[in-house]
Amino acid sequence: MKFAVLVNEGPYNHQAADSALQFCKAAVDKGHEIFRVFFYYDGVNNATKLGEPPSDDRNVTRNWQKLAEDHKVDLVVCVAAGLRRGITESNLAPGFRISGLGQLIEAGIHADRLVTFGD
Amino acid sequence: MDDMESGIVKKFMFVNRKAPHGTVYALEVLEMVLISAAFDQDVHLAFLDDGVLQIKKGQTPAGIGVKNFSPTYRALEGYDIEKLYVEAESLAERGLTEDDLLVPVEVLSRAEMGKLMAGMDVVLTA
Repeated sequence: MKFAVLVNEGPYNHQAADSALQFCKAAVDKGHEIFRVFFYYDGVNNATKLGEPPSDDRNVTRNWQKLAEDHKVDLVVCVAAGLRRGITESNLAPGFRISGLGQLIEAGIHADRLVTFGD
Repeated sequence: MDDMESGIVKKFMFVNRKAPHGTVYALEVLEMVLISAAFDQDVHLAFLDDGVLQIKKGQTPAGIGVKNFSPTYRALEGYDIEKLYVEAESLAERGLTEDDLLVPVEVLSRAEMGKLMAGMDVVLTA
């Protein structure tokens, strides 16, 4: 199956980003395709390269980057939500790209299922 | 947005469950809705729980220092987004009637809303 994933919450404050990551990994492991992961609302904060969680904690941004590297997953950050929250090209972590909300609607059109993580 | 002309038309539903102010969700759902209009999809909006307050008349949020984006709901018609549904129970629980709303809507019972949702291809909730 072809999945699109929408992440609506930032890392650490909320379990949503971790759950979305685990969902993506499990889906890929079972042979499914992740068409795109789209980051909206505070979800854009998953894409900052400035985060430095304590060394004994998980690094959510790095985990997304690893997913993108290992499985060529398209990680897209909403430009409008990002600008509102200070996520721009200057602090965007490698592996993510910034684009418009049209990328989310397009994902909804082309994926078999769009799965949302967040409130 | 090179896929705007893909020819695929899906039933999208944006489900609004939160009050217009206090969190950013209502405003940013509206931004999603406006973009979806450019893709020629079959767009539906549902308002339930505190989400019914998003389309209440007479909002004046200047006092809390935030933008009043409620007039945008009235502009949706201009984008050919006219399928707006409100849950009857949510209205009643908040002492509201259809006359308190600033746009024409179809009022559905909770059970009818559930059936409508079940027929959608893509449901986005906030």
